[in-house]
Amino acid sequence: MNKFESVRQTGQGKQIGRRQPRVEDDALLQGRGRYADDLAVAPGTLHAAVLRSPHAHARLVDLDASPALAMPGVHAVLTGEDIQRWARPFPVGVRQPMEHWCLAVDKVRYVGEPVAVVMAESRYLAEDALEAIRVEYEILPVAVDTETAIAEEAPLLHEAVGSNVVSERHFRYGDPERAFAEAEHRVSLKVRVPRSSCTPMECYVVLAEYDPASASYDVLSNFQGPYALHSVMARALNVPGNRLRLRTPPDAGGSFGIKQGVFPYVVMMGLAARKAGAPVKWVEDRLEHLQGASSATNRVTEIEAAVTGDGRVTAMRWDQVDDCGAYLRAPEPATFYRMHGNLTGAYAIEHLQVRNRVALTNKTPTGLNRGFGGPQIYFALERLMQRIAVELELDPLEVIRRNLVPSGSFPYRAAAGALLDSGDYPASVEQGVRDGGLDELLARRENARREGRLYGIGYTVAVEPSISNMGYITTAMTPEERRKAGPKNGAVSTATISVGPLGDISAHVSSTPQGQGHRTVVAQVIAEVLGVSLESISVNVELDTGKDAWSIASGNYSSRFSGAVAGAVYQAAVKVRDRLAGIAAAQWQVEAARIRFAEGQVRVEGGELTMPFGRLAGATHWAPGTLPDWEPGGLRETAFWSPPQLEAPDDDDRINSSLCYGFIFDYCGVEIDRITGRVTLDRYVTLHDAGRLLNPDLVDGQVRGAFAQGLGAALMEEFAYGDDGSFQSGTFADYLVPTSVEVPEPLILHRETPSPFTPLGAKGVGEGNNMSTPVCIANAVADALGIADIELPLTPSKVRALIGIDEPPCPQGVGEDQAAPAAGGGSRLTASDSVTLPGSPRVVFDTLLDPETLQAIIPGCHALELTGENAYRADVTVGVGMIRARFDARVALSDLDPPHSLRLSGSGTSAMGSADGSARIRLTEIEDGYTRLDYDYDASVGGKVASVGGRMLQSASRMIIGQIFSRLSLRMGGTAPRLSLWQRFKTLFGRLGGRS
Amino acid sequence: MHAKADQRIRVTLTLNGRERSGYAEPRTQLCDFLRHELGATGTHVGCEHGVCGACTVRVDGRASRSCLMLAVQAEGRRLDTVESLAGEEGLSDLQQAFRRHHALQCGFCTAGILMSCEEFLSRVADPSEALVRDMLSGHLCRCTGYTGMVQAVLEVARSRRLATGPDSQQENNDV
Repeated sequence: MNKFESVRQTGQGKQIGRRQPRVEDDALLQGRGRYADDLAVAPGTLHAAVLRSPHAHARLVDLDASPALAMPGVHAVLTGEDIQRWARPFPVGVRQPMEHWCLAVDKVRYVGEPVAVVMAESRYLAEDALEAIRVEYEILPVAVDTETAIAEEAPLLHEAVGSNVVSERHFRYGDPERAFAEAEHRVSLKVRVPRSSCTPMECYVVLAEYDPASASYDVLSNFQGPYALHSVMARALNVPGNRLRLRTPPDAGGSFGIKQGVFPYVVMMGLAARKAGAPVKWVEDRLEHLQGASSATNRVTEIEAAVTGDGRVTAMRWDQVDDCGAYLRAPEPATFYRMHGNLTGAYAIEHLQVRNRVALTNKTPTGLNRGFGGPQIYFALERLMQRIAVELELDPLEVIRRNLVPSGSFPYRAAAGALLDSGDYPASVEQGVRDGGLDELLARRENARREGRLYGIGYTVAVEPSISNMGYITTAMTPEERRKAGPKNGAVSTATISVGPLGDISAHVSSTPQGQGHRTVVAQVIAEVLGVSLESISVNVELDTGKDAWSIASGNYSSRFSGAVAGAVYQAAVKVRDRLAGIAAAQWQVEAARIRFAEGQVRVEGGELTMPFGRLAGATHWAPGTLPDWEPGGLRETAFWSPPQLEAPDDDDRINSSLCYGFIFDYCGVEIDRITGRVTLDRYVTLHDAGRLLNPDLVDGQVRGAFAQGLGAALMEEFAYGDDGSFQSGTFADYLVPTSVEVPEPLILHRETPSPFTPLGAKGVGEGNNMSTPVCIANAVADALGIADIELPLTPSKVRALIGIDEPPCPQGVGEDQAAPAAGGGSRLTASDSVTLPGSPRVVFDTLLDPETLQAIIPGCHALELTGENAYRADVTVGVGMIRARFDARVALSDLDPPHSLRLSGSGTSAMGSADGSARIRLTEIEDGYTRLDYDYDASVGGKVASVGGRMLQSASRMIIGQIFSRLSLRMGGTAPRLSLWQRFKTLFGRLGGRS
Repeated sequence: MHAKADQRIRVTLTLNGRERSGYAEPRTQLCDFLRHELGATGTHVGCEHGVCGACTVRVDGRASRSCLMLAVQAEGRRLDTVESLAGEEGLSDLQQAFRRHHALQCGFCTAGILMSCEEFLSRVADPSEALVRDMLSGHLCRCTGYTGMVQAVLEVARSRRLATGPDSQQENNDV
């Protein structure tokens, strides 16, 4: 019997398992949440802004912060030199000679890499000052594409490693060679999973102070854990753990794993506060977040199955390459190993061969993202199962059924070591088929196809791991390396319950929730065990490493709350209950086993004796002298809980990477618009067996949220990079996430097979659909189109290409605004135009050569200094869309042929990217003393500026260059220039289109 | 009025029914002014480029992105934020419906969404689900998948119609 059952039998309320509205909501709905940016700051707090690299790969030649320091309100600038003096590189999970510091020290290795931090009296002033820092870069060749980066001749990110592959491990379980030799069929597939992020609505926030007297850092941040990273931060700051006090705010605006990635900024802002000698606050903005915060790991997988004639898989080979970006940032390479034990998914496949390689490329470092590791393995595994069905001409659901872990075989040890704790996979599938209406969906497909529509059905089964084994990451090391380093395993969760003098109950958990409603469930569990009302319990979820109970597994990740944390809460509540039962039993001279707690009262089962809970508990404070001898008085209990099933990897590299494994069966019907390529979900069914459900409303909320994110990953979301490593998804207008019109309501089905390994029988349920939904939709699209090669996201244009529709040529007069890709990977812009100016060609020519004129006619020119004959250095601010950058530019006038022609050329660099180009200018005299100035220019831009897209760049460059000549005209004759026919045309159409 | 870039200007407006004033530079965003100068931190900032909708407030009744407005533009105007919704008796009907339908998780986007929903409900008495979804599509929420919000808005529209009676229904379902 599960321990939980014994609680139930005592009949103490029915809180666990109730659809209980959340205790969090009253405050949040009134705008009374207290998120990190809402909290009061100490007087004198400075605001930080981060200077970031515009280049994907470059050597840092020189950095001059003095112009920034000279600006009003600027107090200090933190640079790579400071951090080398005070800090250390972050510890890394593999043994390789590579260093990752919180600011770039020798090279920059991705666009958006922090280079310096400005501390000023306001964020506005700090951002102003960023533009004044002069950084000289020597641009290096890039390694952006994963497969290109692991080739021999690729440019190296970390020269000392000698390769961009920083970890390679081979695994073998069972006898895969033999199984493949004996196989009737082999089915193989190569897939790529792109980069994406669940993008919490609140970005990173850090408030840091440094106390020189105790040489300690006090930091508040919306960090989500895991708290193993506290050790990483303390080591990087070069202090013992107790000299880094890390605190979290009462509320957090979502995380989904992503806020694990704030940890380098905790270190950076701690050092910034030290440099400034004042508290420092930093709030990341959305542009920074998308570009440089974190990302799910993109992966390339080649997978092969040995298959019998009836579709039974006997062995699999996995060859995987994870692209972790420019640095292997803790806990990477965990994307591989979080799922390693359950690589065989929900299937009974005995023989397994695996090669895992970790590649570094000139992209943002990766980290936790909801589903962590799951989308990557299930996309390969479940696409493969669909391909087996197609190639063997079997029903895909039948192939799934034939391979499931059989009923009655739990706990089941999977090939790579996962101990699948409980479930009934075949029965769950049949429940899903029945209750989700699969027959009707199949009929809908038949009808649709009869009418010539593109309709497909996709299936997915998955196990959803929860409560990570803190030792799984050591699977990245060889058994010998592990022996040397000592074993790592387990996952300690903590909960503290105290009862005050008035019988009021306070609880604390170190789960740092990010919006899931942990406070509600903690209160439910305590209310049930102690027989008190939900309202009488106050739950605090702020974590303060300086005084709270916590351990390295603390935090909000691996769906560990319901299984592990709520379990620890239950155990702490039982400790409190047992102490109180002992006190009551002694007082009433009855057996403690007969004491019951319900409705705020304590009573003896089958007897008359009763007492209010508050009075009994209050006695531990007010009258400790009346307690039995063994009672110390006071009432506060902390439970630490770590499951014994989470063992370290064994010498054969078998690892039970998680404690619990929920089961998921999804299927969906999609229809594809033949003309637009748009994929529409007709129905989505998702069945979950997540063990005992503690609050079904919150469970459904998790499923819906994960489903919406899975849908986004399937159809919309991708962090795209240019060939030069420029980041192209820098705003929410470029990185599209689903809105209410794209997300349909899924049909959610439940089954409850309690886990034998958690105190309450609950398992995690927060991440499943991030793992199952992308591939389920991909399988449906594959079914609709009858194709094997599917790459996410399935955007309309990609689907049109899959259907075989070529984009028609642009209609005449439309689309010539598109910028062509430049050789370096940025955007190339060309155009020609003419303008009529008052004055003779000679006057125009001489005016152009006058430095004062030049400064006046270049839009946004702050200063122009002569550096040689007809050569200038200019300080120019240019705005394109919402990107505004200050360029350090060289401007030259050459090929002088007075008064007929000349060339105006320029090149510049800025924090937002680089630009260079030249314009050929020809002057022709026309009537009335006017001159026609013809120009054609050719320019290219790279870096962040290029990410706004060719259309906007073309019109912006046209406008800026148009401004140059209109200013020239105004300067010469005091009148606006006569517009060319084309310009008049553009102006007219711009107005008609509603743009001024 | 001309002001220098770093000059601080007194801005006076009506915030949630009370006259409030504070100082802003010409370039100070309205959302920053509300949060950090007036202390109304219920309004959140999610993208600062007008896409996510988290910072939505009502300016003279109209739902507006406070990240795309300057504080000085709000001079003399009526601003309503999430802090205005609950009364002495507690949560408003819309807030209660959000709670009942689990229409929020982290709550960061919720303030702006509530303001858009209130404006929408003041204009559209009998909305279809499609219309509600269209209105909500001006907001990003990464936690909930939107279902609870859609249900909450439809339910509140229904109960407000019942409370006001058929005569006073507005006839603008096709906004």
